[in-house]
Amino acid sequence: MEDVKGSDGLGDTELRLGLPGTSTATRSAKRALPEGDEESHDELRRTSAAKAQVVGWPPIRSYRKNSFPGRKVEAEAAAGLYVKVSMDGAPYLRKIDLGVYKGYKELREGLDNMFKCFSLELSRREGGSGSEYAITYEDKDGDLMLVGDVPWEMFISSCKRLRIMKGSEARGLNSRH
Amino acid sequence: MVGGFRWAAMFPDEVWEHVFSFLPADADRNAAALVCRAWYRLERRSRWRVFVGNCYAVEPAAAVRRFPEVRAAAIKGKPHFADFNLVPSDWGGGAEAWVEAMAEGWPHLEELRLKRMVVSDDCLELIARCFKNFKVLSLVSCEGFSTAGLAAIAANCRYLRELDLHENEVEDNCLHWMSHFPESCTSLVTLNIACLEGEVNVSVLERLIGRCPNLKTLRLNHSVPLERLVGLLHRAPQLVDLGTGKYAAQHHPELFSRLESAIAGCKNLKGLSGFWEAGPTFLPAIYSVCEGLTSLNLSYATIQGPELIKLISRCKNLQRLWVMDLIEDEGLIAVAASCKLLQELRVFPSDPYGAAQPISLTEHGLVAISAGCPMLHSVLYFCRQMTNAALLTVAKNCPNFTCFRLCIMEPHTPDYITRQPLDAGFSAIVESCKHLRRLSLSGLLTDLVFKSIGASANRLEMLSVAFAGDGDAGLHYILSGCKNLRKLEIRDCPFGDKPLLDNAAKLETMRSLWMSSCSVTLGACRQLARKMPLLNVEVINERKRGLPLELQPDNCPVEKLYIYRTVAGPRSDTPSCVWILR
Repeated sequence: MEDVKGSDGLGDTELRLGLPGTSTATRSAKRALPEGDEESHDELRRTSAAKAQVVGWPPIRSYRKNSFPGRKVEAEAAAGLYVKVSMDGAPYLRKIDLGVYKGYKELREGLDNMFKCFSLELSRREGGSGSEYAITYEDKDGDLMLVGDVPWEMFISSCKRLRIMKGSEARGLNSRH
Repeated sequence: MVGGFRWAAMFPDEVWEHVFSFLPADADRNAAALVCRAWYRLERRSRWRVFVGNCYAVEPAAAVRRFPEVRAAAIKGKPHFADFNLVPSDWGGGAEAWVEAMAEGWPHLEELRLKRMVVSDDCLELIARCFKNFKVLSLVSCEGFSTAGLAAIAANCRYLRELDLHENEVEDNCLHWMSHFPESCTSLVTLNIACLEGEVNVSVLERLIGRCPNLKTLRLNHSVPLERLVGLLHRAPQLVDLGTGKYAAQHHPELFSRLESAIAGCKNLKGLSGFWEAGPTFLPAIYSVCEGLTSLNLSYATIQGPELIKLISRCKNLQRLWVMDLIEDEGLIAVAASCKLLQELRVFPSDPYGAAQPISLTEHGLVAISAGCPMLHSVLYFCRQMTNAALLTVAKNCPNFTCFRLCIMEPHTPDYITRQPLDAGFSAIVESCKHLRRLSLSGLLTDLVFKSIGASANRLEMLSVAFAGDGDAGLHYILSGCKNLRKLEIRDCPFGDKPLLDNAAKLETMRSLWMSSCSVTLGACRQLARKMPLLNVEVINERKRGLPLELQPDNCPVEKLYIYRTVAGPRSDTPSCVWILR
């Protein structure tokens, strides 16, 4: 924090806001706040966040907010696009938020991370290479689809759950993978 | 009774009942019932339509007992602000208590209309089983039921005329619910399934409407593709009110011409709605019926101004128009020029949370409509800027407003030219519009506007206030004025204890008062509850920190407050976040 007056005696000629004779320093909003102001800064952050999300304002019915396809994705993204993920042979399912991934590559990486423990287990048991699997999903119509065919945006708005298929079932779908 | 002379016995009961049949309004019947015991007895036996504005204002059994011959009932549950998620989801408004009492005491019930209530599938099944003559089911803004419940209604209500589902939250767990309408069901006049999320079996629907020659209103949901609309219209050319399904498809000149002729074939069409995902491609298909339209709801269609203008300019007989703000001022100017019979206008925001969207819908559009449409009496207008001058002009042009709801989307927005509060503008509205029954305020407002409202708004029945006022005086003006006020809902205003306590008696003349994020304390609520035994004072505290409400001190602030008059005493179905003070 610079001292307004400055040590070279030129303090009086410095440009600043405020009446002559007062010592109000020019305050830059971006400067680091001293300890005591931490709370007010937090409050400012909170009030601006709160301002952006006033409950029930503007007064429109929620079905109206979610009525448009584009907006529907936004609304869901805000809430988290959680879908179940099952892996053939795994003892339990997982849930992921599709909204946190930017595209198919990140999704595959995320799924790899999540299920690698099962992958190893299963590959050891079956003695196979462990790498033969296909990521599929169930869409709005209930059909089983291969992940990766449609644009990402379209995928996340129609994906209801994910299924990682392994072994012989997956081989037929594997050409794209 | 004068000198014991039982003048009511001058005529047989049937004559008096015949006389009372000319009093359809509940208020008049209520007055007649107070004249003497004989009239009370006669009136109650001849009342067949009952409206319960607050489901907790009276015990269901008491209502059923008093009016044993009721054929049609309408009941409302949650407070209006529940529409905007201000009321906790478990607050109440359950329909079971009413449906059970009605099943017991009104076996001949034919019509049931519920609004903002929680209706379970069990309720629907009870309705389907118990009312042998059931004809009309209308559910507006309700929740708690699924398509399985609808299947029960379809299967069992042999004389069903109306199934009107308007803006409900319906769980979709029975895909083929519509197949439950038996072949013998031919009596449908209204079928509104617009709010259903799930797929609809269009072939089943085709067969259903094909055998219902009296079908006048058909509102589809967005799952019905445009191609199938053609077939449906061929089977119901007598339709008066149509809500389309999805109004978009791959452009196909053949589809367009088939759609166009199917719509043209509906010679009686007066109302159109739906239009989900509508674009400019298929809009011209409705041109042939535009001249006959009296009601047009385009509020789900993200069509831009120029297309809207082309369409609406043809609707010379339009009385009701609901549209998105994409119409912009230019579009509204065109409406003002073409739709001289317009009575009701609603303009909804296309992007309510977007910051500074370049949509040119301003006060100019509203002024243009007010100038061009002499029959306009009901307005709902979402915009981002307003001036007092514009409101003054609107007030002068439209002294016949019955409903004026203006929503300037950013709270505390002043007159953007003068930077003044909008007190003068809204004051002009209430002073000019002597028949105003409903008013919603917005923008920067001081206590002055409330002074005008309290003094001038003599017919006002419902007032909605948000982010307005300076202090207690504001609320005091309202509660000490507004002779006919029935519903008052307030959020985020600096109104405190004093005006509430000073005007406690007023609250008994109203249906209800909602206050949230104001400056009311628990102590005042306790006092009010003690003073007014005919009010339920509900304190809603969702945050649940610290002590339970009974142990909190008087100065504890109240988050949400709902006060309503009742002869039923405190209700027994309150959730944990609601306390009824006694």
